[in-house]
Amino acid sequence: MKRYRANLIAAAGAVLVLGACGGTSSAPASNLPQSIGTGEGALNLVAWTGYVESGKSDPKVDWVTPFQTATGCTINVKFADTSDEMVTLMRQGGGTQWDGVSASGDATNRLIAHGDVAEVNVNLVPDFKDVIPSLQSPKHNTINGKHYGIPYMYGPNVLMYNTQVVNPAPTTWKDTWETSSPYKGKVAAYGNAIFIADAALYLKAHNPSLGISDVYELTTKQLDAAIALLKQQAPLIKKYWTATTDETDPFSSGDMVIGTAWPYQVSFLKSENKPVAAVVPSEGATGWADTWMISSHAQHPNCMYQWMKWTETPAVQDQVAEFYGATPSNAKACDLLRQHIGASADNDYHCGDNAFLKNIALWKTPLQDCGDSRGATCTDYTVWSQRWQEVRGTK
Amino acid sequence: MSRDRAIEPRSVQVGMRLVSGLVLLFLYVPLLLIILYAFNPARSQAWPLPGLSTRWFVATWNNAEVRTALITSLKAGLGATTVALILGSLAAFAIHRFRFFGREAVSFILILPLALPGIVTGMALNSTINLGGQLLGLSFSLWTIIIGHATFCVVVVYNNVIARLRRTATSLVEASSDLGADGFQTFRYVILPNIATALVAGGLLAFALSFDEIIVTNFTSGSEITLPKWIFNNLRLPNQRPVVNVVASVLLIASLVPVYIAQRLTQESGGLVSGRGAVVSAIEDAGEQPAAP
Amino acid sequence: MAQTLSRGERLQAPPPSTVRRLRHAIGGFLYRVPAARLALLLGPVLLWMVVIYLGSLSLLFITSFWRQDSVTGAIVQNWSLTNYQFLVQVDVYRTIAIRTVGIALAVTATDIVLAIPIAYYAARIASPRVRTLLLLSMVLPLWSSYLVRVYAWRTILSGDGVLNWTLHQLHLGSVNLGFSRWSLWIVFSYLWLPYVALPVYASLERIPNSFIEASTDLGARWFTTFRRVILPIAFPGIVAGSIFAFSLTLGDYIAPDLVGDTEFIGNVIYQSVGIANNIPFAAAYAIVPVLVMGIYLLIVRQLKAFEAL
Repeated sequence: MKRYRANLIAAAGAVLVLGACGGTSSAPASNLPQSIGTGEGALNLVAWTGYVESGKSDPKVDWVTPFQTATGCTINVKFADTSDEMVTLMRQGGGTQWDGVSASGDATNRLIAHGDVAEVNVNLVPDFKDVIPSLQSPKHNTINGKHYGIPYMYGPNVLMYNTQVVNPAPTTWKDTWETSSPYKGKVAAYGNAIFIADAALYLKAHNPSLGISDVYELTTKQLDAAIALLKQQAPLIKKYWTATTDETDPFSSGDMVIGTAWPYQVSFLKSENKPVAAVVPSEGATGWADTWMISSHAQHPNCMYQWMKWTETPAVQDQVAEFYGATPSNAKACDLLRQHIGASADNDYHCGDNAFLKNIALWKTPLQDCGDSRGATCTDYTVWSQRWQEVRGTK
Repeated sequence: MSRDRAIEPRSVQVGMRLVSGLVLLFLYVPLLLIILYAFNPARSQAWPLPGLSTRWFVATWNNAEVRTALITSLKAGLGATTVALILGSLAAFAIHRFRFFGREAVSFILILPLALPGIVTGMALNSTINLGGQLLGLSFSLWTIIIGHATFCVVVVYNNVIARLRRTATSLVEASSDLGADGFQTFRYVILPNIATALVAGGLLAFALSFDEIIVTNFTSGSEITLPKWIFNNLRLPNQRPVVNVVASVLLIASLVPVYIAQRLTQESGGLVSGRGAVVSAIEDAGEQPAAP
Repeated sequence: MAQTLSRGERLQAPPPSTVRRLRHAIGGFLYRVPAARLALLLGPVLLWMVVIYLGSLSLLFITSFWRQDSVTGAIVQNWSLTNYQFLVQVDVYRTIAIRTVGIALAVTATDIVLAIPIAYYAARIASPRVRTLLLLSMVLPLWSSYLVRVYAWRTILSGDGVLNWTLHQLHLGSVNLGFSRWSLWIVFSYLWLPYVALPVYASLERIPNSFIEASTDLGARWFTTFRRVILPIAFPGIVAGSIFAFSLTLGDYIAPDLVGDTEFIGNVIYQSVGIANNIPFAAAYAIVPVLVMGIYLLIVRQLKAFEAL
């Protein structure tokens, strides 16, 4: 087992494990790095497709090569499709295999609780102070004032549809859930247990008697209803996608016409001149706010800090936003975005709009502790995973 | 066996030929499409193709990742083949020459890695390597890939060698001893030449098995990227798919030579049985009565 | 120049070198003690297979009795049957297992039906040159990338792929085969066909002409001969070939994800390992294909032993 060379990053793992599953902080943060040292020459990242572009998708879209030239850190990226996969990858080889991850809120707390990621010194990332207020210390990456990552991009899971087939433009998720849907057999759905929250979101609007407030904190009764809805939806689904091409291919070929998507798929299909559009329907949407986190056993911690610094700059945030379709966390990037794409920055991206962000039901790990008056009666992610298997097995 | 003309009635001959043609079409249309798509100028996979272009060949040639993955696969293949050659021939000699308790069991154990679904083998090895990681500091690397591949390549070599040994008269060995050769000399001058082509054929098959392996490799490779793993990772990236098509086409054409060689070398033993075909014969062997010495 | 020997003197060979003496000593020892030879030959292989392979399988089996902690995700080494109980109680795993065995059987049957004509043609009707060509062409697909072949079918069967385009040109409408059980059935049958065809070829080739001639002499038409003479003799080969089609379909987790729309045993196991990191549960579920294959192999062995009588 290799030892990580730089002693800048503390063995905060021990501290984190002590603070696990309860959130009570014990020892004060020791050995937080105070400066970024020389790069190690390499950087292993786990990321969502489209987050680490090196010109392979489009020669003009590249924020990796300039980074490599400037810091000497050659990036090796693995694209993961689900938060579960990201968590598993970050634990490979005792946490030494991958240096950093662009974790969504449903992975971050698990990684923090298990001690897989280290606390970061936000002072080493100068652009951090420009991050929009609600993402500076959100619950999904800040525990008791300790930051465990640098915010990257955020966005909703939109309703993507084929403009030639789905007319008029949909305003509700209805045609992806109800058996009366005219698009039976051509609907897309995300193939991971976290999608249960989308069912809960629909039920929250259409079945208020269930009393769903937080779509990630469901009692058994609420979970049962969500699972029933998902099983009802199953015959409508063409394929449960996790890899983005499992959605862009069928949309291209006409095998899928409507369904939940990340802004990346919408951008991609538009760049292929396919007739698609996206909308956030009236029931709202689930979504994600992604954080770059550093492994507690990172082999290349300096390069990782350099990356976190790099990806928080307005220029890079703007580039990513324009390519991926997600919204930047750095408020200064919004000015750049407005310069480049005009009004769309506010209408489509809602850049810098705190209210919009608040309305997205951001991915987070379902916990037994409901976090409200219901106490510890909610179903946790393990139960979600098990029930999800039921849904997938029925098709 | 040779025959000058078939004894089946004409209608049957024509019928069989027709169906065979259709089956061959079924087998080859996808392969031809892969080659065709390698010349697809667009990155979309829609049909019909907008034209023909060699731009992706250029892109593949310049792609460093492909080269690295290819070299890793070659190294893994050579490593696994070497191990398989040594272990497989040793096993073949042991089982051919000796009657011992558990003889059937040994040939059965050799088959298992190929007979059991790859995911079981992969998972089992993955658990062991993880445990080894905890206890001995073992980590996923090229060596773990080689170990995984060698485990199911052994039976391929074993089968080819033992089939050849069965066709080699034992009197040759006796004659060699009568002429004064010691064991090593007999091996070097009598036995080895006889099984040489079986070793080459078995080695080629083992190499092919290892080179295209993905099911088990997913579990044993860690962050090492073999060519199949590179393909697996890049099929999901629309801009890399054309490169994958090029790689696959080139490999397909390049493999014509080893296929032909392997086929010629195993001609007399009933033609080429593929790596997994080795399992068939091994199972037959496992159920056989011990051959008379 | 001949050496002149004096009375009583013998012609001596030069004393053997050290290497030679060593070789003779070892060779002699090995010759006199067969058990040593056996140990040397069998030792390495047995060590490898037992320690690495059987050891891994045993470890997997043991792991299936442990659990994954739901909070930390670590493996807890408390012995219990929870995983197995869970598999039995929750219906969906049974559904998935049955579905997997079902498609494995369907693919096997399809491949046998497709393999027999081409194997028969190659073995008994084709001229030697054509036979070589046929064998080569049956083997060549196996040397191309499995992943790319699956992906080729994904492209062919998609809404804007070759199949629909061809049907459109022939004014036959279109089909919606992409990402379905049908596409999976086609793809699996396609992938494993050579593995089935080659053993069938080998077994058909061994049938002597005289058998068929005798059958004809006794008054049977070709189809009766085929049914009552050829097939029974070729049966062990067919069954042996079916092992691959069955085993490979049973455990596959890549093709269902690329061209299918539903979950099979392989997918559940793969996701458990690679995504949920719930190795104990995956290990428990992995016992299912092992058991199924064990039963299949047993049946195969019985059939062949029966044939040998």
